[in-house]
Formats: sequence, structure tokens, C-alpha cells
Amino acid sequence: MYAAIVFLPLLGSLIAGFGNRAIGDRPAQLVTCAGMFGALALSIIAFFDVALGGNPITIELFTWISSGSMEASWALKFDTLTAVMLIVVTGVSTMVHVYSIGYMSHDASKPRFMAYLSLFTFAMLMLVTADNLVQMFFGWEGVGLASYLLIGFWFHKPSANAAAMKAFVVNRVGDFGFALGIFGTYLLFDTVVLDDIFAAAPEKAGMTLEFLGMEWHALTILCMLLFIGAMGKSAQLGLHTWLPDAMEGPTPVSALIHAATMVTAGVFMVARLSPMMEFSPDTLMVITIVGATTAFFAATVGLCQNDIKRVIAYSTCSQLGYMFFACGVSAYSAAIFHLMTHAFFKALLFLGAGSVIHAMSDEQDMRNMGGTWKHIKLTYIMMWIGSWALVGLPPFSGFFSKDLIIEVAYARHTGVGDYAFWLGVGAAFMTAFYSWRLLIMTFHGTPRASKEVMSHIHESPPVMTVPLIVLAIGAVFAGWLGYQYFGGDLRDQFWGAAIFVAEGNDTIEGAHHVPTWVKLLPIVVTVAGIGLAYVMYMFLPGLPAKVASTFRPIYLFLLNKWYFDELYDYIFIRPAMKLGRLFWKSGDGAIIDGFGPDGVSLLTKLAAVRTGKMQSGYVYHYAFAMMIGVVAIISWYMLMSGK
Amino acid sequence: MSDWPLLSLVTFLPLAGALFIALTRGEEEQVAKNARYVALWTSLITFVVSLLIWAGFDPTTADFQFVEKRDWLPDWGIGYHMGVDGISMWFVLLSTLLTPICILSSWEAVQKRVKEYMIAFLVLETLMVGMFCALDILVFYIFFEGVLIPMFLIIGVWGGARRVYAAFKFFLYTLLGSVLMLIAILTMYLQAGTTDIPALMAAGFSTELQTWLWLAFFASFAVKVPMWPVHTWLPDAHVEAPTAGSVILAGVLLKMGGYGFLRFSIPMFPEATEYFAPLVFALSIVAVIYTSLVALVQEDMKKLIAYSSIAHMGFVTIGMFTLNTQGVEGSIFQMLSHGVVSGALFLCVGVVYDRMHTREISAYGGLVERMPRYALVFMIFTMASVGLPATAGFVGEFLILMGAFEESTWLAAFAATGLILGAAYMLYLYRRIIFGVMDKEALKQILDLSPREIVIFAPLIILTFWMGIYPSTFLDIMSVSVDHLISNYKVALGDAGVAVAAR
Repeated sequence: MYAAIVFLPLLGSLIAGFGNRAIGDRPAQLVTCAGMFGALALSIIAFFDVALGGNPITIELFTWISSGSMEASWALKFDTLTAVMLIVVTGVSTMVHVYSIGYMSHDASKPRFMAYLSLFTFAMLMLVTADNLVQMFFGWEGVGLASYLLIGFWFHKPSANAAAMKAFVVNRVGDFGFALGIFGTYLLFDTVVLDDIFAAAPEKAGMTLEFLGMEWHALTILCMLLFIGAMGKSAQLGLHTWLPDAMEGPTPVSALIHAATMVTAGVFMVARLSPMMEFSPDTLMVITIVGATTAFFAATVGLCQNDIKRVIAYSTCSQLGYMFFACGVSAYSAAIFHLMTHAFFKALLFLGAGSVIHAMSDEQDMRNMGGTWKHIKLTYIMMWIGSWALVGLPPFSGFFSKDLIIEVAYARHTGVGDYAFWLGVGAAFMTAFYSWRLLIMTFHGTPRASKEVMSHIHESPPVMTVPLIVLAIGAVFAGWLGYQYFGGDLRDQFWGAAIFVAEGNDTIEGAHHVPTWVKLLPIVVTVAGIGLAYVMYMFLPGLPAKVASTFRPIYLFLLNKWYFDELYDYIFIRPAMKLGRLFWKSGDGAIIDGFGPDGVSLLTKLAAVRTGKMQSGYVYHYAFAMMIGVVAIISWYMLMSGK
Repeated sequence: MSDWPLLSLVTFLPLAGALFIALTRGEEEQVAKNARYVALWTSLITFVVSLLIWAGFDPTTADFQFVEKRDWLPDWGIGYHMGVDGISMWFVLLSTLLTPICILSSWEAVQKRVKEYMIAFLVLETLMVGMFCALDILVFYIFFEGVLIPMFLIIGVWGGARRVYAAFKFFLYTLLGSVLMLIAILTMYLQAGTTDIPALMAAGFSTELQTWLWLAFFASFAVKVPMWPVHTWLPDAHVEAPTAGSVILAGVLLKMGGYGFLRFSIPMFPEATEYFAPLVFALSIVAVIYTSLVALVQEDMKKLIAYSSIAHMGFVTIGMFTLNTQGVEGSIFQMLSHGVVSGALFLCVGVVYDRMHTREISAYGGLVERMPRYALVFMIFTMASVGLPATAGFVGEFLILMGAFEESTWLAAFAATGLILGAAYMLYLYRRIIFGVMDKEALKQILDLSPREIVIFAPLIILTFWMGIYPSTFLDIMSVSVDHLISNYKVALGDAGVAVAAR
């Protein structure tokens, strides 16, 4: 029965995608939504049975790839971690499906959009239910494909096509690491099945593995390689450049894929592989550093972006950093907790932003908004709830999960832990600032949009607002409801064998005993950040421009996202194109063909011309040639016989 | 049924069809129509008969099956010997599958000399199938070289503007290798006194001789694969060949090199194979990276896909010479999937070429607007070429890289860059052709896939997913033969090691 959770969305996708000409737009929307509601209902049942009831099961479908001792099946693994992910994925996806009916109502290819959404959901569900690394890779690349298709959904926009391709290729860089990690894991463990790997991990902890000429601690190099995959998918520093560009896709896509589900796949992977990660302290350290740095970096960039969706995108990037450094300090359940709450409030923020954009006739630049709150009150309230949850103020969900993460970083009591703690606090301050900057610029002040736009401004229809309300309920209550299971006393029983934390690494326990100032600090900086946003954007609206001109280099550095795109263009893309042209024209053309076939045929031609000239017709020429020939043969014969 | 000379039947049935076409006389229009139908039916029947090989194949043994052995030149130890194992069987099926597709794809595209065209394709099929079935090295050589002739004609007669240049380049390259291979075959014959392949496998040539023989065979096979740096004939041949010619060229002819390595180089010269494996790896890695980069900057659709073929075949040669189960099975699988996928990609190019008569990428853009079906089909094969899991392209690439990792992590890491570059050049191609605004006047009236074209693509799409989702169908049949190949190789090396130690 649980297999239906995964395959109902696929079925919906196929019907909507291939049958749309026969059935039309509306049925295509209904079919995909129905598939999602079915999957959601079953996921809830699975959650109660598997996670709360403690009945993990694995459903084996059939063999996929079997070669020698390498054996990977299509199999669906349901344990607590999967069950939580199922709720998140099907929950948010269902809401986004419903919302899309309204949001895409003016679009010409509605069935295609719905089919892609369901296809994405299928791939994501395959990813979270994978029982072996190869199937996880299937889901991994499958969500990448769906993301590619959806970012480039408006295919007439060149920027959307470029962004789609960039997302796929950058993700491929991460997948390069993931794939090598899988090969190494197979080499070490002689299996790719997760349970077998986990069972054997402790005894392999001391082994070494040769990789690129160096002898490594085996699990460290494997975990590092796998983590590169996670960095790509979850847009961590260095491989994050695709995520902001991905905002070219329709807003429901941003909410579902680039906020709530796909980008969290990396976090899921690290948590899923906790029985491997725990035996590699070095990898955990790297994860912590990368996560914390990303959280901080993305927050700085978020401070000065003007596109409403890009602000939220960088915010997502930053929040993913939080999740990673939580994993890095072994607080996997805290990371998954934040993953879940973040899914609700970030999807809410994105869909809310979509509602604003929809109302403002597709305007995305916050500099052209303002003064809209009276016209779209419900959306306004929803954005408040989402922002409140995001910045982590009580009593909404972000407070529970984000504060827990900041506390566990402190409770790690290592240099790296402290690094994560302070960057986490700094990022919390900036999060508060840019969230309220967004709220104020979008909804308050004098309207900066044209009269034409302002006259059209309208609240979205119920098909869009009801999903917002559902997600808002999640954003409000998820933290409060889940705390006992993710960060409280029930967590051991709840997680069972799904997450492994080595002896002495239980930072969540430590987080309950941190000094009071550690608990209070995030709230204090958050309030300060909000206050600063009010000062700069509400009370002294001339201030931001002054700050920007005073600190112009810093402002430009942040506005241009630390120049990552320019850097990559300079060191990767252009050289690749240049090399390609060089290899083509000089390598293939001048050298290989020149000395090869073209050269040979030229020589033959020349030789033929020469030979032709030799046939002069004069007898003495021929006689002379004959004589030379005879002399040559005789000399050769004499030389040979003399030996 | 096992008494039937099934392999000979599959081999020579197309030739009979070709004869039949050759004998038709009459109005040109009528002859062309007849030729098309006779060719289609012949190739379809051949395909169905070849399925019997699969049905009757016993995957539990590595022995050659459906063996036919007749004396031909008994005084010389040369016989007509045919048979297939779990490796060659798939190539036979690949050949018989692609031929009817090629014929169907040329239905309207080829309008001049239809009769000769169809004869060329049927003769080509006979030669291809015969080559994969041959168990006598002389018979093999005849088929192997014979394949060149119809291919040469197909490019030279029905090709594009620079067809003569391309055909001669193709011929020049392959000629050198062929001469060396012939000399090697004669040497082997003089040494072992037989041309029977199973006997030659057991012959055990001396280490020094193996080196020379290996190099001679390598000269021939490396050109066919093609490996860097003897690859430059392929882009030209592809660009000038008619669509169906490209399909067969990419689908089957490139596999002759890979098959040759598996059938001759590895089992007959194991020590030389071990000695030269690093060379093969180095050339293959260069091929993967170099040709991928070149593919990135191509302006001609067919050239781009041709270069991508070279990169994919680089994977194949890597996997083969790792000589472990994953690597070898992966390389065979990759050859099969590449046969289907790159064949389909060339068909995709053919579809728009038939309509617009240009292969310039910049002449297209925004095709999805008027050709949604085509966009979908092209997307499927693009993704298969990129190696997306659940498509045919993934399984082979994945297994090869896994095998490569066992052999050397450097090898795997370098080869895996192909994952990134492959995605880059294929998606870049797709973006320029399919996406964007349709602003070119000439494209405004372009038509989506016709029913005939859908029929051509349907089996390839089914196979792409079948091979991607349930590859066991294919892997199970080859696994015993592959194990046999590897264990024989290991035993041979072990013996040699013992011999060296004893000295």
C-alpha cells in the first residue's frame, strides 16, 4: 500500500502529461491533485504506523542493476526519517499543486506544468524512500531533471533557459562527487544497500582507502565525496550559484523545489548516512564549516537584493547552511526538525510572494512595490506569519528548530562548533533584518508602482489563499508539536535506528544545558535586526541609500553576490569554450588531420605529380633509371650474401 | 529448431532480399516503391528471426551457441564457423533492430537511386550480422572489411556536399588498420595453423608476439571505435552521411571496434592487454575530455553528436580494459545503449534536416512551440545521452565508472568529468534548438512528427526505458560470458606469471 505513496504522483504525471489532449486542462489539474491528496493521506497513515508506531519496513519491487556482486534493487524503505520526509514532501507538494491551479490560470500549458510538478514529487519520493545509494542517485538526478524542466518552464525566456541549464550542470558537479562516493562505498563495503553499509560501518571505521594517489581514512574520503553531492543539491557555498537563478521558474516551483523539498535533499542525505558520517569526525567538521559559512554568506547577500524572490532564495540558502552545521555537530534530528519547519514557512513565504507578484501584475522588484498591505490583507498576514517563523521568534515554528540548532553548535564545545555558533548568531541577525526589509518594502510606505498596476491589485482567489492558510498553520504549530520528538525526550524512541549518533556526540542533550545567555542571544539579535530594519526602511527611508554610497565597495560586493558568477565564468566556462575551440581547430584540424589523412593524401598527390614528370618519354632517362636499379639490386644482394 | 542454421539464416536473409531488389525492373517510380517495401519486409522478417536466437539462447553457459561449422578450405584449416555467445548475441540483435528503422527513416528522405540504396543497406546488414556471428577469423575479416564497402558507398553516393572527402577520409583511416590486421591474422595462422577463433583463443601466443599482434589489431579496432587521436574521420563521415547512414555508423559500426577488442585482443593476447591497458586508459580519458570540450563549441548538430559519440565510446574502452565484471558488463551495455540512443539522436537530427535542409544549430530555435512531440522525444534521448538514471545511458556509464574506480581512482575521477561535460554540451544543444522564441521566418510552418516518424521512434523510446529500468534482461544474458572472459584472462595471466617465476 505504501508503494502507492510514491507511484500515485507518477501516475498523475503520466495522465496529465500524455493525456492532456484527450482530457483537457481541468481534468489534468484534478488528476494530479487527486494523486497528491492520495499520497498525502497514505503518508499520514505511514507516519503514524512507521514513525509513531515504530514499524519500519522495506518494500522490495524488483532488481534494477545487478552486475557481479553489485546489486541494486528498486526498493522502498520506510523508517522514521523517511516518514517525516514523506509528510513534508507530500504535504507541501499537495498545497503547491492546489495553489498552482490558481497561479497558473492564465498560462497556456497548465497540464504540462502539473505533470512536471507531479513528476518532481515522484522523483523526490523515490529519493527519500531509497534503500540503496543507486536508487537515491536515481531520485537525486530525477529531481534535478524536474527542476531543470520547471525552471525552464517558460521556454521563451532566454534567462529561464540559461538558469535551467545552469542548475542542471552545477548539480552535475555535485553528482560527480556523489557518484565517486558511491563507487568508493561499493569498493569498501562490497554493497550499495544502505542497511548493509550501516551494519558494517563500525568495523570499517579504521580502514584506509587510496584515492587520487593518497591514502585516506576510508570513511572520511567517502563521506566527503558524498557530501560534495549534498553541497550541489543543497546549494552550499561554492555550488550555490544555481539557486538564485532558479527563481526564473514559476513561483510555485520555487516554493516546492527550491525551498521546501529538493534543496533539502542534501540535508536528508547526510542525516540518512549518519551511521557513516559519525565515524568520520573530519567530514563532520567540514560539514559544520561549510554549513556555517553558507548560512552567513547567503544572509549577507540577502541584505541587499531587490528582487523579492531572490531575497527569499538567499534566505533558503542560508537556512540550509543552518541545517548542515546542525548535522555537522551530530544533531541530525535538529537538522531534520529545521528542515520540516523551514519547509512550511519557506513555502508559505514563497507562495505569499507569489500571491504578491500575481496581485502586482508580475512585478518582482521590491523597489516598485510598497503600500500594498491594505489591498491584499490576507497575503500580508501570511507573509508576517512566515517571516515571524523564519526569524525564529517565539512561539512560531522557527523558534523551536533554529534556536535548537544554534544551541547545539554551542554545546559541541569545539572550535568549529563555536565558529558555527557565532556565524549562526550573525546570520540570525541578518535574517531578521532582511525579512523585515522585505515586509516593509513590499507592503508599507508610499506605493511605488504605477497607477495602472495599483488599480489592478487584488487579493488572490481562494484556491491560492487556502493553501497559504494550511501552510501557515504548519508554520505556526509544527515547531511546538514536533519539539518533543525532534529535540526533546521522546526523540530516541521516535527515531529508533533511523538516525545514528555516536557515543559522546549527543549535542542535543548538551543543548538543554547551555547557559542562559546562549539561549537568549539569538532572540536579542533578532529583535535588534527587526528594529534596525524599521529604522532604515520605515522611519528614515533615506538611510539605506546613504549607507550604500558610503560603503559602496561592500555594497557592490554583496549586491553582486560576492562575484561568484563572474569568477566561475572566468575560470571555468570561458576556458572550457576556448579549449574546445582550440582542440577542434588546432588539435583535430591542423595537427591530426594535417599530419594524418589530409597530409598523407597531399603527399600522395605530390608524389603522383613527381612520378608523372619522371615519365618524360626520353629513352636515356629510362635507361639511366634501369641502370641505377640494377646497381642497387646487385649491391644489396652482395651485402646480404656477404653476411 | 536448434537444427536450423539460424545464424546463417539471419545473416543471409537480407542478402536474398537485396538480390530480389536487384532483379526488379520497370518504371523508376515503381521500382523505388518495390525496393522500399521489399527492403522493409526483409529487414523486419530478419529481425523477427533474429529474436529466435534470443528466445533459444541459454544464458547459463559461456559456450558458443547455434554453432554451424562447415569445411571451406579444409587443407588450410579454414572453415565456415558461426556461433554466438552472450556478448555477440546482443550485437546481432542491435544490427537487425536498427536496419528496419534505418530503412523506414529513409522512406521519404532518399529519392534518388532508391533501389541501389536499399540494396546497400541490406548488404550492409548481412555483413554486420555475419561479422558478429563469425567464429573463423578469416570469415570475420571478410565481413569486417566488407562492411566498409556499402558504408563507403552510402556516404559517397547519398551523402552531403563534401561526401567524397568524407568517404575517402573514412576509407584512408580504416585502410591502414586493416592491412596491419591482415598481416597479424596471417602471422597467427602461421603460428597456430588454424583460423578457428575458439582454437586461437586457446593457442597461447608468446609474450613478444602478443605485443605485436595486439598492436596490429589495435590499429584496426582503435580506428573503428574511434579512439583519440584517430577519430577525425567520424565527425566528417557523420556530417556527410545520410541520416540512416549515421544511424548505422553510430549504432553498429562503432561497436565493431569494441567487439573486436572483446573477441580478439583480450582473450587471445591477455599479457599484451595487461601491458597496454594504461595506454588505452590514457587515450580514452583524453577522448572523453577532449571531445566533450570540442562538442561544446560545435555549430553543426550532427558534428556535435558525432563528437559526443567519441566521448561515449571513450567510456566503453575504459570499461573494457578494467577487466572486472562491472567494467566489462558496463562497456557492453554502454555499446548497446549508445547504439540505441545515439542512433535515435541522429534520427532526431534527421527529422529537422528533412524539413529545413540545414544542420546549423543557429538556424533553429523555439521548435517546442510548433513541435511539442518532437521536443519530448528529443528530450528523452538527450537525457539518455546525458546518462540520467532510468534511461539506458545511465546503467552502462555507471557500471563502467564503478569498474574504473576499482581499477584506479584517477581513472574514475577523470572519466567522471564526462558526466558534467556531457550534460553541458547536450543541454546546450537542446536549449539552442528546442527552447527560445521561434523568431525565424523559415521555421514558422514546420510540422511536428508524422505518424511514420513516431513509429520509428517508438521502439527506441521503449528500449531506452527498458534498458534503464530493467537492465537485468540484458545483463543476465551476458553475465556468464563476461565472467568466462574475465576468468580466462586472469588464468592466462596467472599462467604467464607462473612461467616467468619458473624461469
